[in-house]
Amino acid sequence: MRIDLEARSAPSKVIEFCAPLLALCAAVLIGGGCIALLGKSPVDAFSVYFVAPLAEIWSLQEVAVKAGPLILIAIGLSFCYRANLWNIGAEGQFVMGGLAGGMIAIATFDGAGQGVFGSFWILPAMLIAGTLAGLAYALIPAILKVKLGVSEILTSLMLVYIAEIILDYLVRGRLRDPKGFNFPQSVPFDDVARLPFLMEGERLHGGILLALLAVAIAAVVMRRTLFGFDVRLVGSAPKAARFAGFSDARVTLAVFAISGGAAGLAGVCEVAGQIGQLQPVISPGYGFAAIIVAFLGRLQPVGILIAGFVLSLTTIGGEGAQISMKVPLDMTRAFQGILLMCVLAADVFTRYRMRISFGGRA
Amino acid sequence: MSLQILELVLVTIFSAATPLVIAAIGELVTERAGVLNLGVEGMMITGAAAGFAVAILTGSSALGVLGGMAAGVALSSLFGVLVIFLAANQVATGLALTILGTGLSGLIGAGFIGLKREATAHLSIPLLSDLPLVGKLLFGQDFFVYAGWALVVAVAWFLTKSRAGLTLRAVGENHASAHALGIPVRRIRFLAVLFGGACSGLAGAYLSLAYTPFWAPGMTGGRGWIALALVVFASWRPVRAFAGALLFGGATVLQLHAQAASLGVPGQLLTAVPYLATIIALVVLSLRRRRGSVAPASLGLSFVPER
Repeated sequence: MRIDLEARSAPSKVIEFCAPLLALCAAVLIGGGCIALLGKSPVDAFSVYFVAPLAEIWSLQEVAVKAGPLILIAIGLSFCYRANLWNIGAEGQFVMGGLAGGMIAIATFDGAGQGVFGSFWILPAMLIAGTLAGLAYALIPAILKVKLGVSEILTSLMLVYIAEIILDYLVRGRLRDPKGFNFPQSVPFDDVARLPFLMEGERLHGGILLALLAVAIAAVVMRRTLFGFDVRLVGSAPKAARFAGFSDARVTLAVFAISGGAAGLAGVCEVAGQIGQLQPVISPGYGFAAIIVAFLGRLQPVGILIAGFVLSLTTIGGEGAQISMKVPLDMTRAFQGILLMCVLAADVFTRYRMRISFGGRA
Repeated sequence: MSLQILELVLVTIFSAATPLVIAAIGELVTERAGVLNLGVEGMMITGAAAGFAVAILTGSSALGVLGGMAAGVALSSLFGVLVIFLAANQVATGLALTILGTGLSGLIGAGFIGLKREATAHLSIPLLSDLPLVGKLLFGQDFFVYAGWALVVAVAWFLTKSRAGLTLRAVGENHASAHALGIPVRRIRFLAVLFGGACSGLAGAYLSLAYTPFWAPGMTGGRGWIALALVVFASWRPVRAFAGALLFGGATVLQLHAQAASLGVPGQLLTAVPYLATIIALVVLSLRRRRGSVAPASLGLSFVPER
């Protein structure tokens, strides 16, 4: 048997739409197989992973809470990946954003929410600081790439480890709550340093609105602006872009700044919304899961919006499965890896026709 | 006395370098064939979990080693099918492999947390192993260290002196020309990917069977990524990769000693040294190498033969 790929002259729209769905189905089937191998019922697992979280208001909110950072980060990453640049360190930029925003909250902490010079400025300052911190952190690999030709893949990833170590160190040291019985965590932020909740007494905070806003902005920028065209051109035809006078150095710096800023903003939203203080670990791997979201959403803003909810669903479902079925949490991560592989495999069909022939034709 | 300390330091450097050497050599062969597999970390950690699990279940370190390698090969074959036969994006697929491997290692290792075994045996030759300074270094290491040395020599020979090695390099430099010459590009690439997987699995097994003989989630701690950087740092040459790995082993040991000596730098921050060193190494290298890249010319590009 041999497999031949034949390039399509234009990507098929129908298949482009169906490919992620097919990939999701394939991943669910493979995941079900793994669950069966663990000796659990795949049918029960399916309902725990994909149905149960949608059945109740509180778990729906949890899905939206977790989808927020995934969407926000993935929107930023889609600019990078469109330009064929590989920022895989969003996790580190997320941590740096959370750290920078958190430090403002801690510096202005007085327990009563009075703040210094009033309190209205604290939350906006946190959001801006977080965004800038993520942006600056992402510029390190971008500058090294532009100036010295250092692989952005490896440097951005190494910086993840370094960011995690810095956060851990500070939370155990300088930023620790002095009245916190030596627990490695900061003071709980004042209310003025918290993202407001969308509904009184509920869990859903304003972070999801920022994510939705990012989707809208990205859709406009990518389709309607020269910059969006620039990014797509550098990614798909770098030589043509150079001839046309586009600077790929400028695009590199810009897309890294965008993705880092988005990840940093997601980080500060996480500490100001979900967590409410700094802890040694503030991300359950959002920065890496967002890579999957970006590809599952085919690097399109609306696709990413949907993909973010799908991936968040599997995470919440995974937590449920751990409790009710004793399936280890690692199952979720393994499933996400399988899902990304299926998405990438399905992508082949949008670009190529596949011919499978039998017999020994050399 | 100081001779003994020096010997101890050297032995520590070599054992810290071994997983990096093995994984980097595997990835080097893969990349020389033109395939960039970013999944080293994932294959390594799965190799560590599978190796330890098999060793506990069978009571045999040798079978554990094979189990670790088999896990690496299995994961890399998945990667190979996707990027070579389906022309999927290599960077993204490699990342997926790392995510999958991390999850898989947790599933495999879940039942083995907290268990311990004896570390694999060290070579012991009367007289030779007791030589001052070099005795333990040359004649008192465990199997993996020697396997690492053998791999460096064998791959260095293979890539420069053997016909098959030259063919593999041709595939990595220019797959279209190699194809035109009738070389089975995709088959060679697939084999190179499998070799890389076996090496990553072996490196992982070293961690859980010899270096720290137990299983802990996330125990590779980014070594797979450092191995990837080593390949670049070594300009895709095996002996340089070995030298680079020793440098990193040295950095690790330095970090441990600095932590013990408490130099005023907080010990926790010193754990960042290997990652920082990786970035600095890549920067220094690019400063020195102004004449353009020495990477295999087809690295990272998919090959789809014209019909």
